[in-house]
Amino acid sequence: MNTHTTESTNATDTTGRRPALVRAAKDAPVSRTARRGLARRRLGPGLPIPYGRAIGPVLLLAIWSAGSATGLIDPRNLSAPWTVVTTAGDLIADGRLQSNVWTSAVRALSGLAYGVAAGLVLALIAGLSRLGEGLIDGPVQIKRSIPSLALIPLLILWFGIGESMKVITIALGALVPIYIHTHNALRTIDSRYVELAETLGLSRPRFLLHIVLPGALPGFLLGMRFAVTASWLALAVVEQVNATSGIGYMMGLARTYGQTDIIIVGLVVYGLLGLLSDGLVRLVERKALSWRRTLAD
Amino acid sequence: MAAHTGGLTATVPETGTAAVRISGLVRAFGERRVLDGLDLSLRAGEFVAMLGRSGSGKSTLLRALAGLDHDAGGEGELSAPDHVSVVFQDARLLPWKRVLANVTLGLSGADAQERARTALAEVGLAGREDAWPVELSGGEQQRVSLARSLVREPQLLLADEPFGALDALTRARMHTLLARLYERHRPAVLLVTHDVDEAIALADRVVVLDGGHIAADLPVDLAAPRRPGTPEYAVLRERLLVRLGVEVPSG
Repeated sequence: MNTHTTESTNATDTTGRRPALVRAAKDAPVSRTARRGLARRRLGPGLPIPYGRAIGPVLLLAIWSAGSATGLIDPRNLSAPWTVVTTAGDLIADGRLQSNVWTSAVRALSGLAYGVAAGLVLALIAGLSRLGEGLIDGPVQIKRSIPSLALIPLLILWFGIGESMKVITIALGALVPIYIHTHNALRTIDSRYVELAETLGLSRPRFLLHIVLPGALPGFLLGMRFAVTASWLALAVVEQVNATSGIGYMMGLARTYGQTDIIIVGLVVYGLLGLLSDGLVRLVERKALSWRRTLAD
Repeated sequence: MAAHTGGLTATVPETGTAAVRISGLVRAFGERRVLDGLDLSLRAGEFVAMLGRSGSGKSTLLRALAGLDHDAGGEGELSAPDHVSVVFQDARLLPWKRVLANVTLGLSGADAQERARTALAEVGLAGREDAWPVELSGGEQQRVSLARSLVREPQLLLADEPFGALDALTRARMHTLLARLYERHRPAVLLVTHDVDEAIALADRVVVLDGGHIAADLPVDLAAPRRPGTPEYAVLRERLLVRLGVEVPSG
């Protein structure tokens, strides 16, 4: 402050306006480049930070490690990160992790596949015909307001406690977001494009193929992201129900013996599977919707 | 024949004479009669500009000719050719299709691609076939839209304020382009506009729509380079403006 003699004297004299004046004095020697930089500030989110997505998780991991190392975190409540890593290594070495992950992945993916297929078919029927909408939209909206997991008791009575009950529960969870988002996208196709299709004399199949389906694709893919999350969620729950294999079974067993390290391994696997599948959908989204320019790009 | 519903008698136009024949056309939305006994004919290959204030029924008439007015009640006789193309005020390109696919949309035949390429070259967009619509400027998008209309070899081209959203320089360039394309393809054109100078610059005939019917029908017989500033131009311009209810300062 002392270097900018005149301004700083002013600042000390008029105490009330001091902070503003001091800042003005500091800004002065920085010259115009800094100001121009400020003026150019954009309203978008700005340039991407390299590995910006890793910041939050890495911070969490650091806090966890610090807590375990200093003894602030009791290993009976939460095992240390390194214990989890060695446990994961042991589980992989004796093959238990792979076989359980495989079982879980097959369950989740088959449930997801059935759910997406059913949701898509129902959305197309409801979105493309008034009669279909009358038939389908009501029941799906009712289904939507009932949590899939609340249906488990009924599904157990109907399908037993085997694989089919698990896959059906997952499918019911995945169906709803696919239906909701695809149906909404089909219904909100811009009417200007409908007019265009009429003036171009497009046939109904061509209209569906070139305008309706591509127009609904963003909605479907958004639904897909929700559906993927929903299917992992449903998987975690159904695996608590009398499963004899799968990540959920492995975690349930660990709970009985108080092995928090195995529970954490299970959680990490669930998380990784979820992250990986979401990444896949986003990749497909980016490829399929490359015609869009959004803030995120 | 374009499918027209709503109490209309559709008749096939006699070849070589009229491209469009409208008589006693009424279009009403509820109580409001937007078109009220409208009569209008266009000869094959004739360029007609239609002026009118906002709400005078310009767009309603255009939609009736394009067969887009499913929900409007009405009566009267209307005949339009089989091949009608529409250029909208917005370019209305499908954002998920590349430029070439936007032009070929709805075309069939093995030579569709080739015809679309030719049309794009005609509007000065050769080489941009693989661009996405979002990558084009407003003027370029409207040129793609023109190419999409012309590749269908329409007998009637309907244009609803096609250059209204463009800046003045781009609009002037588009006028030149449209005039050239018209000379080459010779469809009948009905250009709806609110710009008197655009109407005079391009059309053989200017009609003014007011109160749901044609209030004025004036031929534009000015010498080839129609420059504003010549006395004839000024007289025509003033007559049109008066018809549109614009007060023109005398002197």
